[in-house]
Amino acid sequence: MEIPEKEFLAPGHRACAGCGATIGVRLALKMLGENTVAISATGCLEVITTPYPETSWEIPWMHVAFENAAAVASGVESALKSQGKTDTTVVVFGGDGGTADIGLQALSGAMERGHNLIYICYDNEAYMNTGIQRSGSTPYGASTTTSPHGKESFGEDRPKKNMPMIMAAHGIPYIATASISYPEDFMKKVKKASEIEGPAYIHLQQPCTTGWGYSPEKTIELGRLAVETGSWILYEIEEGEFKVTYRPLQRRAVKEYLNAQKRFKHLTELEKDRIQSHVDAVCIELKV
Amino acid sequence: MVLKVMSANQAIAEAVKLANPNVIPVYPITPQTTISEYLAKFVADGEISAEYIRVESEHSAISAALGASGTGVRVFTATSSQGLALMHEIIFAAAGLRAPIVMADANRALSAPLSIWNDQQDSISERDSGWMQVYAENGQEALDSILIAYRVSEDHSVLLPSMVCIDGFILTHTVDPVDVPEKGDVDKFLPPYKPDHAYLDPKRPMSIGTFTDPNYYMEARHDMELALEGAKDVIANANAEFAEIFGRKYDFIEKYRSDDADTIIVAMGSICSTIKDVVDEHRDNGEKVGLVRVRVFRPFPTEEIYDAIKGASNVGVLDKNISFSVGGVLHNEINAKMDVKANGFIVGLGGRDIKPTHISEIIEKTKNTTKTTQWIGLNKEEL
Repeated sequence: MEIPEKEFLAPGHRACAGCGATIGVRLALKMLGENTVAISATGCLEVITTPYPETSWEIPWMHVAFENAAAVASGVESALKSQGKTDTTVVVFGGDGGTADIGLQALSGAMERGHNLIYICYDNEAYMNTGIQRSGSTPYGASTTTSPHGKESFGEDRPKKNMPMIMAAHGIPYIATASISYPEDFMKKVKKASEIEGPAYIHLQQPCTTGWGYSPEKTIELGRLAVETGSWILYEIEEGEFKVTYRPLQRRAVKEYLNAQKRFKHLTELEKDRIQSHVDAVCIELKV
Repeated sequence: MVLKVMSANQAIAEAVKLANPNVIPVYPITPQTTISEYLAKFVADGEISAEYIRVESEHSAISAALGASGTGVRVFTATSSQGLALMHEIIFAAAGLRAPIVMADANRALSAPLSIWNDQQDSISERDSGWMQVYAENGQEALDSILIAYRVSEDHSVLLPSMVCIDGFILTHTVDPVDVPEKGDVDKFLPPYKPDHAYLDPKRPMSIGTFTDPNYYMEARHDMELALEGAKDVIANANAEFAEIFGRKYDFIEKYRSDDADTIIVAMGSICSTIKDVVDEHRDNGEKVGLVRVRVFRPFPTEEIYDAIKGASNVGVLDKNISFSVGGVLHNEINAKMDVKANGFIVGLGGRDIKPTHISEIIEKTKNTTKTTQWIGLNKEEL
């Protein structure tokens, strides 16, 4: 696959070393090109890329608040349409909190109304910008600052909210999961999303060195472990047609993924086995 | 001129049609809803070509309006009460991002207790947001105020949003004869919006809504203060040009038999029509009573109000709002900003009728200056 060299997210931003979110944005924008308007929800990405008077965005960009990125994008898309600028792509970048929790209503509205936009949720599985609090997207067993492990707690006690399937229930033309560690798979999906008329949703898993607790040079490795262990499955739903887009040749043990991160370090073997059997059940169902 | 009989909500919809915005994101709420319905019908009938977004909340209505405005086009939305309160966060963002949005607010009480009826607590509670606020007395003024609001908001020296406030039910659902201006005249007064800057234009990328540290935030807020104060000249010019084209002259305040008055009542909105009748009665009895109606509440017309009331011995200010433990907001702002000792009266909360007898009671009570706040029209049996 030919990957455009041109970058639309300038370096020098304030992200942590090893940030997965900025990798995701760079890859997405390479595919979308310069005739694109980006909208951000409040969160890591917004804060690290736009410390006034500087900006990393080489395309037009707008941020208003935490929970309304999809509504802002609805207005932008409609306004561009009203001016006949239908060739401009509107892309939203929201974190998992801004997408699965506080922004879910605005996102649902935008998807249901059929705006021609791409919503990319960069999922680092907790509120990282405010200091690693659990979100609806935090996986079972993860220790965060608001779901800490302790004498009476093994960490987050609820399973991760299934955002892509919530989006699928909206009947939108394109939904995909992706990982920054599989750039070609992700970029193909971004391309597809941009070519489809109507709303598209891509749920992008991106490891977070700070929140997950691993050394910054291992970001890509962690993303791969998530997929290779079946903890994160890459698929797409095109016009209702579900398709797994990547199958590991042989699934690795979930423990390899869990043990590589501080947030799961407290889990007992029993709890790790419980997570493994949950992953097994999903993978068997999806033939991964 | 052919007058048409219509509600203030319809008059506002007619004004929006004339202003021809690109995007209209709206969400239903009583008593605003019919504005949204009229606009939906205009779009359905092809009378306007706006993108009409049926958003899933008022929060998204103002968010979509702000996004659309970010592309440099004219937008309109409308709300009321709980809807405005839900918008609160983005109301501040819209002013801070200097978006010339125009919004109608059908003034309605805030919950709890839940009430669909009129007072002005909703918009008064947004007074610190940086929006301009106009309170209309009737349907004609509601229509005209929308056109003037666009003209002022979109002025490159202002670039602040405007809220045109109309009393719920009393205006929104009451019909009045209204002159709907000719499109050609409106186009002369309000040409299409052309922003100075390139907004969300891929040919000239720009970041809007950035993160700001303590080195810059305060200057941004200071700029807003300068712009809002500076808007006074722009409003005055717009009013003058409006009068020239349409023959109706608006000002920051309206003085009604107040020039030689000993006792002056200050109020906002539709209640002023009742007050004018009561003033006439008192004048017939030889009492020197007058009314000063505050039309433009933000920017606050301190000089205009002070000039109008400083000659009176007694001033009474009506507020359809309450800042608890402080009193009515207009009353307190007048006392704070001016060398007067006005009495305050809390009236008409949650749709409580304000009868001519109440106004006479207020005039009586204003004759003794006490600077205190009194509640008028309370039902003693319910206390």
